[in-house]
Amino acid sequence: MNYKMIDQNDIDYFASIVPADDLQAFSAVHDDYTHDEMTEYGRFAPEVVIKATDTQQISKIMAYCYKHDIPVTPRGSGTGLCGGCVALNKGVVLSLEKMNKIIEIDKENLVAVCEPGVLLMELAAEAASAGFLYAPDPGEKSATIGGNVMTNAGGMRAVRYGVTRDYVRGMEIVLANGEIIELGGKIAKNSSGYSLKDLMIGSEGTLGIITKVYLKLLAKPMKMISLLIPFNDLRSCLQLVPKIMALPNQPTTLEFCEKEVILDASKYLNKQFPSKDYAAYLIVSYSGNTKEDIEKMYQDTANLCLDKDAIDVYISDTDERQESIWNARGAFLEAIKSSTTTMDECDVVVDIDKIYPFLSYVKDLADQYQVRIRNFGHAGDGNLHCYVCKDDIADDAWPQIVNTCMQKMYDKAKELNGLTSGEHGIGHAKKRYLSEALGETQIELMKRIKSAFDPRNILNPGKII
Amino acid sequence: MKIIVCIKQVPDTQKVKVDDKTGVLIRDGIDTKMNPFDLYALETAMKIKEQINAEITVITMGPPSAKEVIKEAYALGADSGYLLTDRKFAGADVLATSFTLAQGITAIGGYDLIICGKQTTDGDTAQVGPAIAEHLAIPHVSWVVKIKDVCDKSITFMEDMLDDIAIAKMNYPCLITVDKDVFQPRLPSYRLKQQAETKTINILTLEDLAQKDSEHYGLSGSPTQVEKIFEPTSEHEVERFEQDDKNNAKLLYQKLKELKYVKELS
Repeated sequence: MNYKMIDQNDIDYFASIVPADDLQAFSAVHDDYTHDEMTEYGRFAPEVVIKATDTQQISKIMAYCYKHDIPVTPRGSGTGLCGGCVALNKGVVLSLEKMNKIIEIDKENLVAVCEPGVLLMELAAEAASAGFLYAPDPGEKSATIGGNVMTNAGGMRAVRYGVTRDYVRGMEIVLANGEIIELGGKIAKNSSGYSLKDLMIGSEGTLGIITKVYLKLLAKPMKMISLLIPFNDLRSCLQLVPKIMALPNQPTTLEFCEKEVILDASKYLNKQFPSKDYAAYLIVSYSGNTKEDIEKMYQDTANLCLDKDAIDVYISDTDERQESIWNARGAFLEAIKSSTTTMDECDVVVDIDKIYPFLSYVKDLADQYQVRIRNFGHAGDGNLHCYVCKDDIADDAWPQIVNTCMQKMYDKAKELNGLTSGEHGIGHAKKRYLSEALGETQIELMKRIKSAFDPRNILNPGKII
Repeated sequence: MKIIVCIKQVPDTQKVKVDDKTGVLIRDGIDTKMNPFDLYALETAMKIKEQINAEITVITMGPPSAKEVIKEAYALGADSGYLLTDRKFAGADVLATSFTLAQGITAIGGYDLIICGKQTTDGDTAQVGPAIAEHLAIPHVSWVVKIKDVCDKSITFMEDMLDDIAIAKMNYPCLITVDKDVFQPRLPSYRLKQQAETKTINILTLEDLAQKDSEHYGLSGSPTQVEKIFEPTSEHEVERFEQDDKNNAKLLYQKLKELKYVKELS
């Protein structure tokens, strides 16, 4: 598709909608808007960045761009990992960062209503101060809620509470042609026709622009206690995951990590982890209202692990102890990133009894291609994060090595009946792997859905499919 | 060698409410934990034990429910524990607390090294450790940030003097108070926690101490009178710099300099 190049007339029109401070054009476009967290996937400068402040502005901008075939890439805080918010085809980057108001915490219906640019950490804090829990807990706390919804972000508490999708009750959407629609609302149930709301979730801005979202809140448990469980090898560590998940008390988080990643995080944060002498660890957390309740909840897990191959079970039951574990866990991605020159990542999801077979394959790959691959992830839901690190591999040898390793990892995930992305999304970087995983029929269905919402293909073109 | 570690049970929150009428802390329904600085003290003892043959005894003063903090010390690896508990010990200030602990430590006897946390998170005086040593008439050093060497006769360490670091060696018996980050405290072990359920906790009352005159203990032994306890107010000021990056950086630097967070080298 040939898109219209933006000219002075277009800029003048945009300037009539938003104040000068909220408009960057051509050479004034800040570098921040040319990439997300993964600069490895390239920089793509839009012709214009518009920082919208309300739904009416967005409606007008979309109607104009629709009429003139100008591509629009919506963007939150740019913390994505697959190049989802970059303007592959130039045009407009529509930043929602200034639409950052929490409109309402509805204590009667346990719903938060907010604009898309609210940061995850802001919503979590606001909900907590009202005594509620916004349950999804993606690692990147400075991501926007809009971005979380558009990638169906997961996070560490997904094991017990589910992912972002499970908390979206409704939303206001500006369609490609500028029309404004409401999908769902505060209501708890909905069997009223096709769920367009659920199509929007995870669509990475390719179907519509989210301008308001209704999110389910839960009563906040008073306390969380974590167990840090060391093992001498990864196999014994991971084989306990399905057994822990089958126990009557559901953990709130069930993470795994290896010694090397802990050491990376200790170095990056300049903070010691409470234990670092063993090859692999599980971090299992339980939530409840009293220490005594939670102690009862974790007993079965602790006893099971000691009966099997765990070295011991360490208990993290105070704020200081939790910080010493979770600050490190939260820094794994950044720590790995800072330990190498450049890297690529995969975010596959497999059945929880297939985590070890997958990682064992990844370890063989690392040996075979003489490349460092770091892994950690959400063991409780089979969502793994594997990072292929360039280190001092020569520039000309790197593309071949990294592409082969990535391809082989995605092939292996498919062979194990897994999928391309558990929570980071597809963007433009993982398109090829998605199409291989899903096959022609499903991709074709997705294309038809896309063209139903966006017949002129101006919404975040070049992403997902 | 024998190491005694002083520990205290404190509220597991920074948000203890104060009863407006009585001015007393409302502790009901609040979880307790080991004073975070004492975790560093116990970890220091554990690290010494990993190097040389040592026996670790913990001592605490408090109501009978303070047994829990001894159990926690057992789950962290302490060998034995003593609870100083007596109604006559209640209401103690720094002087009476340190005197009681010193009496308790004398009753246990045979120690080489006493380790305390730098301060507690509820009392916050940082004086009890040194005061114990004064009552016992043994040498002491506060704010130890690193252990350099340890043997069966003496200990060598680094002491934070704020502007300087002092390296000192002390012969036993002696007392040190340790700062945070001297070592990363380990987490309690579930294995040891289970064993702790049946492990003896030794109780010391006024009857067991050498000085039996109750005037030295609790409220009667405390010259400090608390006039009022109130919640501190905290104020957050937010200042936004909304110019271009270069000017924002300049403004931020000026502000940090003004607040003395950065110092220009002369």
